[in-house]
Amino acid sequence: MAISSDDVLHVARLANLSLSDDEVARMSEQLSGILGHVDALAALDLEGVPPTAHALEVENVTRPDRSRPSWPRDEVLANAPAAQDGAFRVPPTS
Amino acid sequence: MSEAVWEPVIGLEIHVQLNTATKMFCACENHFGAEPNTLTCPLCLGHPGVLPVINQGAVEKAIEIGLALNCAIAERSVFHRKNYFYPDSPKAYQISQYDEPICLEGHLDVDGSRIGITRAHLEEDAAKLVHSGGEAGRIGGAEYTLVDFNRCGTPLVEIVTEPDLRSPEQAIAFLALLKNTLQTIGVSDVDMEKGSLRCDANVSVRPAGSGEFGTKTELKNMNSFKFLGDGMAAEIRRQIDLLERGLQVVQETLHYDPGTKALRSLRSKEEAHDYRYFPEPDLVPLAPSPALIERLRDGLPELPAARIERFASQHGLPAAYATDLNAEPRLADYFEAVAASSDAKSAADWVLNTRPAPVDNVPAATLAALIDLIAGGTITNSIAKQVYEMLVADPAADPAELVERHGLASIGDSGELEAMVDEVIAENPAFVEQFQSGKDGVINALVGQVMKRTQGRADARQVQELLRSKL
Repeated sequence: MAISSDDVLHVARLANLSLSDDEVARMSEQLSGILGHVDALAALDLEGVPPTAHALEVENVTRPDRSRPSWPRDEVLANAPAAQDGAFRVPPTS
Repeated sequence: MSEAVWEPVIGLEIHVQLNTATKMFCACENHFGAEPNTLTCPLCLGHPGVLPVINQGAVEKAIEIGLALNCAIAERSVFHRKNYFYPDSPKAYQISQYDEPICLEGHLDVDGSRIGITRAHLEEDAAKLVHSGGEAGRIGGAEYTLVDFNRCGTPLVEIVTEPDLRSPEQAIAFLALLKNTLQTIGVSDVDMEKGSLRCDANVSVRPAGSGEFGTKTELKNMNSFKFLGDGMAAEIRRQIDLLERGLQVVQETLHYDPGTKALRSLRSKEEAHDYRYFPEPDLVPLAPSPALIERLRDGLPELPAARIERFASQHGLPAAYATDLNAEPRLADYFEAVAASSDAKSAADWVLNTRPAPVDNVPAATLAALIDLIAGGTITNSIAKQVYEMLVADPAADPAELVERHGLASIGDSGELEAMVDEVIAENPAFVEQFQSGKDGVINALVGQVMKRTQGRADARQVQELLRSKL
């Protein structure tokens, strides 16, 4: 399956990436190559094999609903480019 | 505008904040009203390298919701990543459930109509944004945005209904019953103002009798029953108006402004609906055991839908009374406590109509004793209202003792009433003559005079009978 440059631009927009024309062409080729590898699976007989998202045969990994201390706010905000009134300050969203 | 030939079709999406002790995927506390960003950790802040772990308490509450809504609990369900960019989500995705939700295909019966529940799934809430500078509180014109991550990662259950609702009133009745059901099973505060219950509505109209759906619009996040009802009604009128003018409804998301009563189109985020869902690689599937599901089912209290039916059958109440008494669990509990030792119909009347004070004010046993005084003929209805006012001021008082102390007992069977009737007859020869010459209506004037003398301590019908027997 080939990934067109339109597909690349669409995905780039969803991922908040801006790509040069060169990059679009390169990504189109590389992504098509990756899908080509996956297409190899189509050659296998997978009749009766359920789709799986995990290789692990593990279920129900949960934790009890008991709290642990959160992080001190100073430390939490220390990594923020901007903070104000105990909150992260970000550019206006619109 | 002819609403009669158009049929509204409504489906709801309801977000319920679960009242767990901790967040969905980390052990930070889950509560409302803390200082900003004091309930956060590297996981709910989306730092690199962290791994989510599912909160068992949230899973159990989600299953309880599913059971209360007559859903099937999925033998296996999985979490997905829903990708989007917005500062309320530091990971740039929300962990949610997509095509394998935990609860499937249920229903809730509202006033005799079965409303289908498509699904209910677990997910995490987003951070709270405060848009500052410029026009206060509005997104447009804000100079900057402050982000509080306390709410980020707290557990939500999203409940999606089938498009089975046919009017804003029915949608509100459904939401009220759903809210009461969630409150009864104790999984959420269900406080719309605090945002622990949030509702979006999908609205379309079609020619009455048509089997096809019209183009729908989505009304976002209305934070009270009233705004939700008003918003849906306004949107239905707008769509009918468009269609009657030969125009098309455009599929879009709308915000209803209760101040201006206007519907505003929310600028759709560019290609935002392409969320690129994919299975969350950091979480393994949920497969609740039948034993767990049965334990949770056994632990559920009587649900409002069943209680409404029981009030109608056991207490012989009209359906509307049974529904109104179940507006909230506290009211229904109070009614049952009053009805336990007094006539159920009178108890319902008092609890729904006469009682002016909050349910906690006058103890249920005291109200029951008051109702018994009326039923036994000790006091009249109008005196009972006076006694009730005294009880509101002094809830510890005993109704019978108040009646005694203030001389409020009915005088129907005593010589006192008869003496008053005789006095009134003696003092009003003109009325008596008119009555005896056939002007029957004059009796009311005489009854009024007697009633005035009794100060409410007699029954008007009895007074009339007594007067007629003496004239």
